[in-house]
Amino acid sequence: MTLQTVAPAMGAVAAIPLGGRPVASPDRPAATKDIAMTNDERDQANSEQGGDLRVDVAIVGGGLAGGSLALALAGAGFRVALVDATDPSVMRDAAFDGRTTALAYATARMFRRLGLWDAIAPSAEPIRDILVTDGALESPSRRGGVVDSHLWFDGAALDGEPYLGWIVENQIIRNALFDAIEATDAITLLAPASASGTSFDAGAARISLKDGRRIFADLAVAADGKRSALAAAADIRSHAWGYGQKAIVCSVAHERSHDGVAQEYFLPGGPFAILPMTNSRCSLVWTERADAADAYIALPDDAFLEAIGARFGVYLGALSLASPRWSFPLGFHFSESFVARRLALVGDAARAIHPIAGQGFNLGLKDVAALVDVLTSARGLGRDIGDLSVLDEYDRWRRFDSAALAFGTDMLNRLFSNDVGPIRAARRLGLSAVNALGPLKRTFMRESGADLGRLPSLLQPERVSSAP
Amino acid sequence: MTTTAADQAESPTPRVSGATVDGGEIAKFEKMAAEWWDPHGKFRPLHKFNPTRLAYIRDAIAGHLGRDPQSAAPLRGLRLLDVGCGGGLVCEPMRRLGAEVVGIDASEMNVKVAATHAEETGLSIDYRASTVEALVDGGEPQFDAVLNLEAVEHVADVDLFLQSSAALVKPGGIMVVATINRTLKAVATAKIGAEYVLRWLPVGTHDPRKFVKPSEIERAIRPTGMTVKASAGVAYNLLTDAWRVVDDVAVNYMIVATKPGGPGNA
Repeated sequence: MTLQTVAPAMGAVAAIPLGGRPVASPDRPAATKDIAMTNDERDQANSEQGGDLRVDVAIVGGGLAGGSLALALAGAGFRVALVDATDPSVMRDAAFDGRTTALAYATARMFRRLGLWDAIAPSAEPIRDILVTDGALESPSRRGGVVDSHLWFDGAALDGEPYLGWIVENQIIRNALFDAIEATDAITLLAPASASGTSFDAGAARISLKDGRRIFADLAVAADGKRSALAAAADIRSHAWGYGQKAIVCSVAHERSHDGVAQEYFLPGGPFAILPMTNSRCSLVWTERADAADAYIALPDDAFLEAIGARFGVYLGALSLASPRWSFPLGFHFSESFVARRLALVGDAARAIHPIAGQGFNLGLKDVAALVDVLTSARGLGRDIGDLSVLDEYDRWRRFDSAALAFGTDMLNRLFSNDVGPIRAARRLGLSAVNALGPLKRTFMRESGADLGRLPSLLQPERVSSAP
Repeated sequence: MTTTAADQAESPTPRVSGATVDGGEIAKFEKMAAEWWDPHGKFRPLHKFNPTRLAYIRDAIAGHLGRDPQSAAPLRGLRLLDVGCGGGLVCEPMRRLGAEVVGIDASEMNVKVAATHAEETGLSIDYRASTVEALVDGGEPQFDAVLNLEAVEHVADVDLFLQSSAALVKPGGIMVVATINRTLKAVATAKIGAEYVLRWLPVGTHDPRKFVKPSEIERAIRPTGMTVKASAGVAYNLLTDAWRVVDDVAVNYMIVATKPGGPGNA
């Protein structure tokens, strides 16, 4: 696909046949998006219109959610434009994002269907068990001792799924996504490019780029993260608050095997998660009050490592830093609506939650899979995929589905990020009680596997045909 | 601003809108089109109902003509007439599925509204303020498919209306009729329920005496050679707020009738 630059003057709107394509007979009005156009015809129409790009879906934000959506939509036969302000070569670099993602097992199914799993799997460490412990720093669990209040999720308790999930560096997923996107003809990647204006009207979502190019789409998707500019352009408000906490993120290498056990300690400053990675490394997600986090980040390497060691304990032997450190302010937001006319919100643009349950990315991918289902079935009926009657379906599905989890993780963080004696006693009792109840525990495990609720087809288990 | 120079220049002749319509009129129709197409507005029931009937119609037509309903444009190239098209809620999807669509409505206002919306969304649909009787009298070429959705219960002469509609079906073609049955259950739900209890429709929308029984449709079209191939009910589930196709035709129902002859159907 070639794109030529178009004169950015607004006056050009009337002169360029936006919806137009070469018209053969007077009783066939101009309409690029009219049905029965093959993709080739559409490409031709696009190039004949001097570079304006007409697609089915324009996605703003080429992160993990946006990139996954582009691939999934292209796989379903939609023409997609993917816009991001950052150059892909920068996003591919390891220094761009040091975080890891806990891929729920249902999310991994989606990556398998998108053909990404082979590229991701070698760098994905399975989570075999999850141990959740509550306690002060001197708790014996840090020394590998027995703890009296804990929650032990054993992967073997899940039927048919060998692992609870996988830990993967975001960088690995990002590179797999961009490799696949660049090999997909139906996706036009516009990056670096940023929008100078957006409008959503009865005919199309229009995105004007700063370089003068314009995109016309039946549907725009905001995958541009928290404080989404696209959501703001559609007047979608969001309930938001900060936690006064930051997450410190880094990888450590360790002496002994982690045996695929993910640990989460609830410390007074916030949860401290140890997530098993490949090559005898663990990813730390260490939540602290913002001022404390800044102080820890500023420490020299040896003092920083000592601070980690004090929380980490000795169960994995000697530790060494295996990556730079990053810190991210933590906040919560939940959009009043996930849709507007010709706009749908996915991932962090729709809501951002506390990483306490490691669910943010999985929620985003569930959005992606649900949106693909809704759009595919709407198109099959000849419905307008940017129409609110179609998008409402996505809104009902995802907003209600994720509200419980979003507000639940908020409560969880409030409950655990403190050191008040009676609350600690109550939550210890709670952990032990959940641990003793098999069915409730399995529900928690399936929720963290993103395997609960109405599952979009991309997340459903593979149908296994029995061998003859 | 969605109309373009090209759109206006190439506006198809049968369209009611045109160069003589003034700006204020256009604004009025754009506003009314927005009302018709607002899924939360006064036509909400139609929007809720639409996907279910669209799927039924698509499958019926594709099935009858041996096309794959899941293909990209299963109705590609078919000439289709939507009788009583309203704001175009069925015409537009049919166009996207590939059909060459003519939409007629006795109300000139509806036709202007529908044409305005199609222009906004860039779809080429031939809307006319007309009736089936007028099309027959005018020597309109026949259609592969004729849709008669929620129209029968509003006409003065059901038999003439259905026979004229049937006359517009090509040999080998298909007609889909959707209406409300004349049963006590229909009066209770479609009339009292929809108008008075749920307040989906303005009171007085329907006159239960004009509800039509499936057998009356079958009898009316028999002289034209058309036979009923299938029928199904459409029922609303209050809990899921969604419609679905059911066996029970006691309230809302759809009938598929086909005409013998034509290529491959002789």
